[in-house]
Amino acid sequence: MSSDPTAPISTTPAVGEPLIQLEGTSKTYRSGELQVTALQPTTLRVDAGEFLAIMGPSGSGKSTLMNVLGCLDVASSGTYRLAGSDVGSLSEEELAEIRNRRIGFVFQQFNLLASMPAWRNVELPLCYAGVSRTERRERALAALERVGLADRSDHRPGELSGGQQQRVAVARALVTEPALLLADEPTGNLDSTSTADVLGLLAELHDAGRTIVLITHEDDVAAAADRIVRLHDGTVVSDRSNAPRAGLHRAGKVPS
Amino acid sequence: MNWWETVRTGYDAVRAHRLRSALTMLGILIGIAAVMLTVGLGLGAQATIGAQINSLGSNLLVVTPGSTTTNGVRGGQGSAATLTMADATALTDEQVAPDVAGVAPTVQRPGSLAVAGTNWTTSVVGTTEDWSQVRARTVTNGRFLSADDVSGKAAVVVLGSTTAAELFGEENAVGRTVTVSGVPMTVVGILDPGGSSPLGDQDDQAVVPISVAAERIFGGTARGTVQTIFVQAESTEALSAAHQEVSSLLLAMHRITDPTAPDFTITTQQSILDIANSITGALTAVLSGIAGISLLVGGIGVMNIMLVSVTERIREIGLRKALGATPKVIRRQFLVEAAVLGLAGGIAGVVVGVAGSAALSNAIGQPIVVSPSATLMALAVSIGIGLLFGVYPASRAARLAPIDALRSE
Ligand SMILES: Nc1ncnc2c1ncn2[C@@H]1O[C@H](COP(=O)(O)OP(=O)(O)O)[C@@H](O)[C@H]1O
Ligand SMILES: [Mg+2]
Repeated sequence: MSSDPTAPISTTPAVGEPLIQLEGTSKTYRSGELQVTALQPTTLRVDAGEFLAIMGPSGSGKSTLMNVLGCLDVASSGTYRLAGSDVGSLSEEELAEIRNRRIGFVFQQFNLLASMPAWRNVELPLCYAGVSRTERRERALAALERVGLADRSDHRPGELSGGQQQRVAVARALVTEPALLLADEPTGNLDSTSTADVLGLLAELHDAGRTIVLITHEDDVAAAADRIVRLHDGTVVSDRSNAPRAGLHRAGKVPS
Repeated sequence: MNWWETVRTGYDAVRAHRLRSALTMLGILIGIAAVMLTVGLGLGAQATIGAQINSLGSNLLVVTPGSTTTNGVRGGQGSAATLTMADATALTDEQVAPDVAGVAPTVQRPGSLAVAGTNWTTSVVGTTEDWSQVRARTVTNGRFLSADDVSGKAAVVVLGSTTAAELFGEENAVGRTVTVSGVPMTVVGILDPGGSSPLGDQDDQAVVPISVAAERIFGGTARGTVQTIFVQAESTEALSAAHQEVSSLLLAMHRITDPTAPDFTITTQQSILDIANSITGALTAVLSGIAGISLLVGGIGVMNIMLVSVTERIREIGLRKALGATPKVIRRQFLVEAAVLGLAGGIAGVVVGVAGSAALSNAIGQPIVVSPSATLMALAVSIGIGLLFGVYPASRAARLAPIDALRSE
């Protein structure tokens, strides 16, 4: 399907080219009579290679926006172009392929499978990408090494601290080398040391050319990004660049 | 994700949820083993009774006095319907009844046997020398009645093995004297053990010449009449010809012109078997019903566990979708999981069913016949239920938007 120009992203845009283009994209939840517009019609462009933070109080629509960006949910109106192709026109299988190859997710609740050791969690996206077993294991171990957990690869999530679990989740998100990394309050459940670790990892990935969208409601976390978009009641209320990259994430290297 | 990967994933999931997997397999196991045991009991009973009927003798016709009721009207020609020694003798005629191989007229009554202070009440059978051949019985020790014993009214008796043991214990009974209803008689042989049959315990009886039984032991009205004539046909093929010959000869002997209204009944082994089979068939049907209920109960257990576990795992489905699983891959994963559980439970059920059949059969002394078709059906039903309720909810969850599945509690 990669030869079909209308179908999913076949190439990743170069740095500076638009990766994400929202035009009048909104999301309304309906439950019976009740309608909640979690995201008002929004127009937003994110270029390849950007490190964007989305901020806003609880309930302002940050997660809703990220779910749309990650193709985990479908927008109610407007268009969403990811690397040039219109996500709304893609089939379920094509969306699955995009989630698998182009996007890496880091969730606030880690979302690791408790029954599997760390390396099996990390290799999971590769299973769905059809990568061979030996290569999967190699790449999973390499990703764990990169997040400083090489010696924890056989531990189950229950045997790891919150910070370690989130690093496993980051390893899982980066193992497919996706163009876009989406993190929804990845440090929301972490102490400050672990927060620094995870932000350090994100900054490293950004330096390596990945586009990162980080959701947070904490200023010092958002400080890691080079652009900050603020939401309020589902509407973008400010969008500015965040030039000096100072803050927590540069505090130290990733511990091993 | 190819099939082999999917099988591995399914297998891992089965291992990861040990308790749930064990319970599911237990449900399947119980259903299958219950079906195997209950249906096996019914079939076993059928086989036993069939074997007992066949042990009566081979190619046997049993002639008894009186007619079976036909259309509610009792047959017979008014006079007391009886069979006589003359009837039996006529049946031995090679010209008239060429397909008859042996004829054993019998009279049978309870009688008291005594030897040196030991008393034993048993069934005294008066018959002729053909009896052992017709009834397919052999003699362990000594000999059976001879033609001379019958014609010469010899005071000799052949004892069943139980009877001999009751009267003489471990000692050799042959040559000893026993009084049969007050008449002293010499034991000439002991019958081989024959087990029990629909005609009673084959090992507890005393067989004497019919002439002696009629004149000296039973006396009175018994003289000249017989209760049952056992007729053996030359072969299985000759059975219906023999049936014909016996029937027309007896009709002639009894001067009955209407062949639809005889004053005797000829029962074949097949007709006894048919009756027995209809009884054991009903038994098997009842047992199968019970088995079906256990299968249903096991199936509901499997259904519950499957439904609960899939519901529990909707978040997992959401996560897998977020990581790139298509609905098809999710469906396959749950299909394989359910199939692994079903097959493992099914195989365990068959093993337990076979082992349980052997053990129970030993314990209760009844054969249990494992029925392949019932086993297959039970396997199909319980695995089918597992598949249905393992895959259907999962495939519904696989169609949800990933975020809805991820957010589900
Ligand atoms: N599945 C849903 N059904 C109905 N309303 C929802 C659903 N998800 C979110 N909402 C509502 O949408 C609004 C935005 O939610 P969300 O995007 O999760 O906010 P944030 O992540 O900024 O805290 C909230 O008012 C929330 O109640
Ligand atoms: Mg949120």
